[in-house]
Amino acid sequence: MMRSRFSGKAILFCLLASVLLVAACAKKVAPPPPAPPPPPPAPARPTVTLQASSTFIQKGESVTLSWSSTNATQLTLGPGVGTVAPEGSTRVSPEASTTYTITATGPGGSADASARITVAAPPPPPPPAPPAETMEEMFRKNVLDAFFDYDKSDIRPDAREALSRTAQFLRTNAPINVTIEGHCDERGSTEYNLGLGERRAQATKQFLIQLGVAPERMETVSYGKEKPFCTASNEACWQQNRRGHFVPAR
Amino acid sequence: MNTIQFRTGFPRRPLNHLCFLAWLGSVVLLAISAAPAAAQDWFRTGTGLGVEKARVAVADFAPRSPSAQPLANIFSDVVRGDLEYSGILEVVSKSFYPTQVPSVPSELKHAAWSDPPASAHLVAFGNLAASGNDLAIEAWLYDVRNPSAPAVLGKVYRGEVTDAQIRRFAHQFADEIISRLSGGLPGVASTRIAFVSTRSGNKEIWVMDYDGSTQRPLTSLHSIALTPRWSPDTSRIAFTCYAPAGGFTSAQICIYSLETGKLVTFPRWRGTNSSPSLSPDGSQIMFMSSMHGDPELFVCDPNGGHLKRITYSAGVDTSPAWNPKTGQQVAFVSDRGGIPQLYIMNADGSNAEKLDLADMGYVIDPAWSPNGQLLAFSWRRPDGNYDMYVMDVATRQLVQLTRDAGRNERPSWAPDGRHIVFESTRSGTRQIWTMLADGTQARQLTSQGQNESPNWSSK
Repeated sequence: MMRSRFSGKAILFCLLASVLLVAACAKKVAPPPPAPPPPPPAPARPTVTLQASSTFIQKGESVTLSWSSTNATQLTLGPGVGTVAPEGSTRVSPEASTTYTITATGPGGSADASARITVAAPPPPPPPAPPAETMEEMFRKNVLDAFFDYDKSDIRPDAREALSRTAQFLRTNAPINVTIEGHCDERGSTEYNLGLGERRAQATKQFLIQLGVAPERMETVSYGKEKPFCTASNEACWQQNRRGHFVPAR
Repeated sequence: MNTIQFRTGFPRRPLNHLCFLAWLGSVVLLAISAAPAAAQDWFRTGTGLGVEKARVAVADFAPRSPSAQPLANIFSDVVRGDLEYSGILEVVSKSFYPTQVPSVPSELKHAAWSDPPASAHLVAFGNLAASGNDLAIEAWLYDVRNPSAPAVLGKVYRGEVTDAQIRRFAHQFADEIISRLSGGLPGVASTRIAFVSTRSGNKEIWVMDYDGSTQRPLTSLHSIALTPRWSPDTSRIAFTCYAPAGGFTSAQICIYSLETGKLVTFPRWRGTNSSPSLSPDGSQIMFMSSMHGDPELFVCDPNGGHLKRITYSAGVDTSPAWNPKTGQQVAFVSDRGGIPQLYIMNADGSNAEKLDLADMGYVIDPAWSPNGQLLAFSWRRPDGNYDMYVMDVATRQLVQLTRDAGRNERPSWAPDGRHIVFESTRSGTRQIWTMLADGTQARQLTSQGQNESPNWSSK
């Protein structure tokens, strides 16, 4: 009972509101529409011109764009400028060759004008001086490891060549001290290889002493087969691991 | 923790006629030549004389409370494993055991164990109580074919309730049984094996029980640790370490104390220093060093004092191994003859003599048997891989222990002279294995990471 009475009140309220609203609207639309105006004369078609102070610039230079127009209500210059006054000028500094277009729009239609600015690449800067080679890079390039035959610690002809270059570098870079690491392939025992690696490091050191490198600049350490450069079980890999390897001392 | 022995029959004489015969039967000369003149103690591994091994049953130890059940299971299983491993007796299969399990001697029904199918000669049994952190184990060994005889062994073990402690007691009890039944042969169940493992990312020194259980790292040096060797009293492990000093890293001798859990102060020397080996009386360390240029052998005191050069020959001299019986001979590896081969010299460096083998090829990793008569080593013959061999040094007789099973290196003898631990690649990766000294009963102890360079503690 209560519910239906409330619903009844709500409906009554809505009805009343609707009537009031309709009455208000009716007031607005009430006056009759005015008579249509006489058709205006056909508007003149717009015109526009665009000029550049220079059509060829170097990258980084700027150029003045000037324009004038007639019968236009809106002028748009692009790219990158936007809406402009009916007559005027602006400076632009395009990064690359660009065709600027101005579009004039008016009641009589629209018109375009363009101007192309050619931008020349700047002359190449003088080549930068090559970065000074770091001592580390020079070390890597000039200090060459000695490679050994299986179970041998004799300096081979190819190792003589490598070590001559190494000695040359070490003689002319006196502050650099080195650790000579002796390495072995995986085939011997851990313990024997520690000895063999030491023999290789010692042989490398002795050869450099003969070539004039001071012995106190070189420490030797054997890693046996504990720090392989290459882990496959074939001769190419084993050869990589049989070496006297140079590390700059810290 | 303490151990008490009580109610033991036959205290000082061989336990009974049967067991004594079984012991005799277990001392077998491995026939390596037809020459009967070679009848020395060779490998004590099999029977082969027609005398049966003692049959031992290990009843499940009775838990004194339900919560002690898993602990009792560990104890029974470890004792069984130890006895089986010993190779000197036969462990009766559990499926033949009677259903009634004695927990104290009054409950033992002798005939139920001595009759078929168990047909046991001896039965080990007992009980285990764990209350709070207190562990108490009672353990007996009875001769069930001789009902009137008192206990062969009776032991009480008390300690903390930990897995490691229960295993330790089980190993002790097993060693007691083995010693009794073998006439005094030292059991190895309480021994440990030091080794190198990569499983933490770097090569570190690890240790494990002889059966591969409780593997644990000793060092955490984060560089390269190699070649561990026990001191004879098992309180220290000497090894090769890479130690930085003054911005320069080099191979040095490091000594780890198991008592303090730390490295012992030890001098540094120039060059590469490696492969330390302690003399049997623990008074000297021999090692390889290039401190004078060429890698030679040196000795010094355990603290690094009294340094003395031992070898003088061009080439590598390394892998020294003291004869544990005499302390007067050292086997080592030298390439003075062109390639690495075995030599034996006096401990002062005199009278170095090459061990000539029929073929050429690398010969490395010498390891003396505890009786000082046999040398185990690894040999790569020209056409093959590294395999392990044992040579009787006096007669130069040779036995090949491994073949066609990957690379097998680094033998080390158990103190019973019947087992050898070694590294092998037979499973695809480098792992630690043990076997009987005749090459049978190979068992893999490690499987995680790469594991190498095992060394068996002398007790």
